[in-house]
Amino acid sequence: MKLVVTVVGVDRVGIIAGVSTVLANHGVNIMSINQTILDGVFNMIMMCETKSEDIKDLTSIQEALTTLGKELGVEIRAQHADIFLSMHRVG
Amino acid sequence: MLSIDNILETNQMIHDNKLDVRTITMGISLLECASSSGKELCDRIYDRITKEAEHLVSTGEDIEREFGIPIINKRISVTPISLVAGGSDLTSYVPIAEAMDRAAKTVGVNFIGGYSALVTKGATRADRILIDSIPEALAITDIVCSSVGVGSTKTGINMDAVRDMGIIVKKTAELTKDNDALGCAKLVIFCNPVEDNPFMAGAFFGVTEGDSAISVGVSGPGVVKHALESVRGQSFDVVAETIKRTAFKITRVGQLVAQEASRRLGKPFGIIDLSLAPTPAVGDSVAHVLEEMGLSSCGCHGTTAALALLNDAVKKGGLMASSHVGGLSGAFIPVSEDAGMIDAVSCGSLSLDKLEAMTCVCSVGLDMIAIPGDTTADTISAIIADESAIGMINNKTTAVRVIPVPGKTVGEVVEFGGLLGYAPIIEVSPYSAAEFIARGGRIPAPIRSLTN
Repeated sequence: MKLVVTVVGVDRVGIIAGVSTVLANHGVNIMSINQTILDGVFNMIMMCETKSEDIKDLTSIQEALTTLGKELGVEIRAQHADIFLSMHRVG
Repeated sequence: MLSIDNILETNQMIHDNKLDVRTITMGISLLECASSSGKELCDRIYDRITKEAEHLVSTGEDIEREFGIPIINKRISVTPISLVAGGSDLTSYVPIAEAMDRAAKTVGVNFIGGYSALVTKGATRADRILIDSIPEALAITDIVCSSVGVGSTKTGINMDAVRDMGIIVKKTAELTKDNDALGCAKLVIFCNPVEDNPFMAGAFFGVTEGDSAISVGVSGPGVVKHALESVRGQSFDVVAETIKRTAFKITRVGQLVAQEASRRLGKPFGIIDLSLAPTPAVGDSVAHVLEEMGLSSCGCHGTTAALALLNDAVKKGGLMASSHVGGLSGAFIPVSEDAGMIDAVSCGSLSLDKLEAMTCVCSVGLDMIAIPGDTTADTISAIIADESAIGMINNKTTAVRVIPVPGKTVGEVVEFGGLLGYAPIIEVSPYSAAEFIARGGRIPAPIRSLTN
């Protein structure tokens, strides 16, 4: 399953380290990382891949990232990449 | 490869502009449930619905979580009950409504539609039993929705049924008066009803359908409004193009959700309903989209033209994004479910007459409109007749879902709660159409029905 992990909030030390650790602990491979400051807000996007197709595994990744987001004061989401591909890519 | 902008745009649509999938609706044919024994019929209906839709809600929730897109409702539509129950020994179909209600609650859906009869030309014995039982059925069940087709372009308008439905709406209001006539919010009267509509209260699963199907209704007025904010002051060519592009993106999400739901549930994909369906939440209003085009308040002169452009551009944009488009497809204008419409009625800029004009160019009709409790059955029938005439002549679906709220009058507000919202009571004409409605018979099919 291809995942898109997005982090939105105020920049601070340890965001990439924290997110990467959670993803590694769940067997998720990071393919690329992009970050930008948009309207003064820190935005980071990670393209990831996991071998599991099980929704339960995705749920536990999402829960772990939500907990981490609360600790770091940022919003972290993990979504199946198909929603973005469907909306922005034809063919 | 996806760009950062693409990903941020999608998530902004979902989280800031309230993009959602309004409904996944599973259509289930009940034709195989027919039985001469009323009890056996009810048991079969309960068993079939609970078996077919067992995993509908959990599958919807999985998709919601996986893709990060809210799916607001999970619903069921069934074969019009008058077609299923005709051969039974029942003299009232209320027990069937109860079986539907129980089954829907067991599987956890939000609504079940199809307590319906199609009497566009004439009514069978079963149709009459069903129509007579609508008030009681809607009063004693919670999530059963009912609809009656009273006219079509091909058949003309069944004015006997129009007369009867005015009375049925009033009875339904009376039986549910303790809940501000909530029963009427679950009852739609159609001209040109469609067989694959996933939206309530008018969803039913037509006889031209197979055993079952998954259909999806998309939404997103907030997203369209946000897109139009970036083209303020520009020409209508730009406005139309902007709406089309946005509708395409919205519909692609609906198509993805429909395909996934269909695959996971092992049911055929039916259709995507390309609709802009508002909710009472701020930022999710069709009226605000119209106002974004430059109208000071929805209902002022220019509103019909703005809605015509919006409705057409949504369809054009969505069409290419989905493999099968159907249902009602267009912009909805339910007054109580749209914060902008509510404000427009409250400030006096939006009247029943203007709403009627707007229904000529949008997807359905007079929807979720609270009217004074002392409105007569004749007047409600006349409203239905007018709306049916618009549908019949323009070869489009029109509908009436009005709520005569007992004990309340113009200026008061009625609260339905949840997605049904709240509505200021709107004025109806004080002049009687009683003699017109008393005539009965049929308004003949128009010349445009002779297309062969």
